[in-house]
Amino acid sequence: MPENTLAPNLAHNKKTSRQQKRFFWIGLAFASPWIIGFLLFKVYPICSAIYFSFTKYNMFKPPEWIGLDNYKELFTDPYVKKSFANTTYMVIVGLPISLSFAMVMAMIMNLRAKGMPLFRTILYLPSVVPSMASALLFLWVMNSRYGIVNNMISFIGLKGPSWLNDPDWTKPTLIIMGCWGCGGTAVIFLAALKSVPTHLYEAARLDGAGKWRQFWTITIPMISPTIQFQFIMGINSMFQYFTQAFVFNMFTGSAGQVTGGGPANSMLFYSINLYREAFDYLNMGYASALAMVLFIIILVVTFVAMRVSDRMVNYDVE
Amino acid sequence: MNKNTNTLAVAKNVSGSIIKYAFLIGLSCIFIMPLVWMVSTSLKPNQGLFVFPIEWIPKEPQWHNYSRVFERVDFAGYIKNTLITSLTPVVGTLLVTPMVAYSISMVPWKGAKIIFPIILATMMIPGQVTQIPMYITWSKLGFINTYVPLILPYFVGTPYYIYLMRQFMKSLPNSLVEAARIDGAGDVRILFQIIYPLCRPVLTTIGVLVFIACWNDLNGPLIYLQDSSKYTIAVGLKSFMLSAKTDWELLMAANTIFTLPLIIIFFLAQKQFLGGISTTSGLK
Repeated sequence: MPENTLAPNLAHNKKTSRQQKRFFWIGLAFASPWIIGFLLFKVYPICSAIYFSFTKYNMFKPPEWIGLDNYKELFTDPYVKKSFANTTYMVIVGLPISLSFAMVMAMIMNLRAKGMPLFRTILYLPSVVPSMASALLFLWVMNSRYGIVNNMISFIGLKGPSWLNDPDWTKPTLIIMGCWGCGGTAVIFLAALKSVPTHLYEAARLDGAGKWRQFWTITIPMISPTIQFQFIMGINSMFQYFTQAFVFNMFTGSAGQVTGGGPANSMLFYSINLYREAFDYLNMGYASALAMVLFIIILVVTFVAMRVSDRMVNYDVE
Repeated sequence: MNKNTNTLAVAKNVSGSIIKYAFLIGLSCIFIMPLVWMVSTSLKPNQGLFVFPIEWIPKEPQWHNYSRVFERVDFAGYIKNTLITSLTPVVGTLLVTPMVAYSISMVPWKGAKIIFPIILATMMIPGQVTQIPMYITWSKLGFINTYVPLILPYFVGTPYYIYLMRQFMKSLPNSLVEAARIDGAGDVRILFQIIYPLCRPVLTTIGVLVFIACWNDLNGPLIYLQDSSKYTIAVGLKSFMLSAKTDWELLMAANTIFTLPLIIIFFLAQKQFLGGISTTSGLK
């Protein structure tokens, strides 16, 4: 709004500043639920978690300051070591497998075929099943004697592993279950695949590039931002892996009153161990220290993963 | 091109599409198999579970397995409780999330630029970090065994849904709001009478996502609900698992009841699942 004379300009400025003030209060009012929630459910708990992590606290007696003892204990605790190793396995082995699987599923969903909506629906359906329900279902499906999977395997004359009782097979079972339910990720990849402009493929075909070459030089770079996003979110959720393992551990290994870790603690994940310390043993101080370490690990790993992948991601997509 | 190579190409095409369909059908069978197996098990007598070869369709479907679940545990109560802990958060989210999103996307104030990055950053905080202090606080306030700790957090806006909502509002023309302001409409009216109806697709998506998340949640109810009369299906199923160890037909019946509402919602809101989620959960 070009104003030539000085006086109206001043009036205008006054008006805009009054307007700005009004907007400030309106903005604040509409955002206030979140601001209150942020202070009560995020800032306050994080601050108290930091405080508790330096104390010994079982909820019956007031917290007792013990300095860095929790953190020192944490580094020598064999359960922490075991749970960290199991969780790392899920991040390093499980996550790439399930992301690649989701990618393959997306490419299958992208095929041109009659009845594709039906196939897509079927492939997506397992991801609608609650994670607790799918864990309970897989306890039965993967049952080494009566489960459907081992029945099928014995049908072709082989003997299936005892998926849930052999410490070497428990985590692969969880990964297989994850692949069964990764339709949600596949649909996101599918949307990315569909957004790749077809003229790129046409040009590549004219230049004589095969399907394989097209996949690596066009598809992957074009959808790399989506892959990166899913990868970062996946790291986050794998580090917090809980529900499915919790349900598995109720049936396998020596589960008593206390939350179990599966056969030979092969499914004792970081969050399971943390839950056990906090809500079975009421070691609130120690559990808070575990939570803080998890937080730091997730932050560092996410940061590194972002930095490293940023160099590989092509942001030149429209 | 002569006729011969043409028929050859057609033959190649036909065999290719046979392979393609065989593959698609095979894969679909593998994916649907566990669910079919779940329902099939739930209709078998207990002795029938351990029969070889497998019976896919039970000769005499034992429908009373389902009524036995309701007799063994208070499953009707669990369903009622789960509806409370899933529907109230949906109401809360659909009320508060648009307000916060409106503030950071349609009101020109300085705070918006500060709040939005913080909202994104809070998505990175693992639940385990806040869980323990929250548990201690709620138990000091005497809210253990109530639904307050499970419901109240949804009435202050959840970061991910605020983010989805904001992305959608950003795509609406700004002139809408400006015109309404010039006409002298208040912001509450602008949001709930003009913007809100336009946001229906994303509101449906968010509502469905919140409902599913709450319906499925095991961790929260596990910590906060100790009295079995307060149990949601997820915790109820967990304690039922311990008491019904090898009665797989009952466990699978309970599991089917637990899963069925979500499958129904999926078919009702299929567009939101297969279209909405993928268009809204991309990148900034």
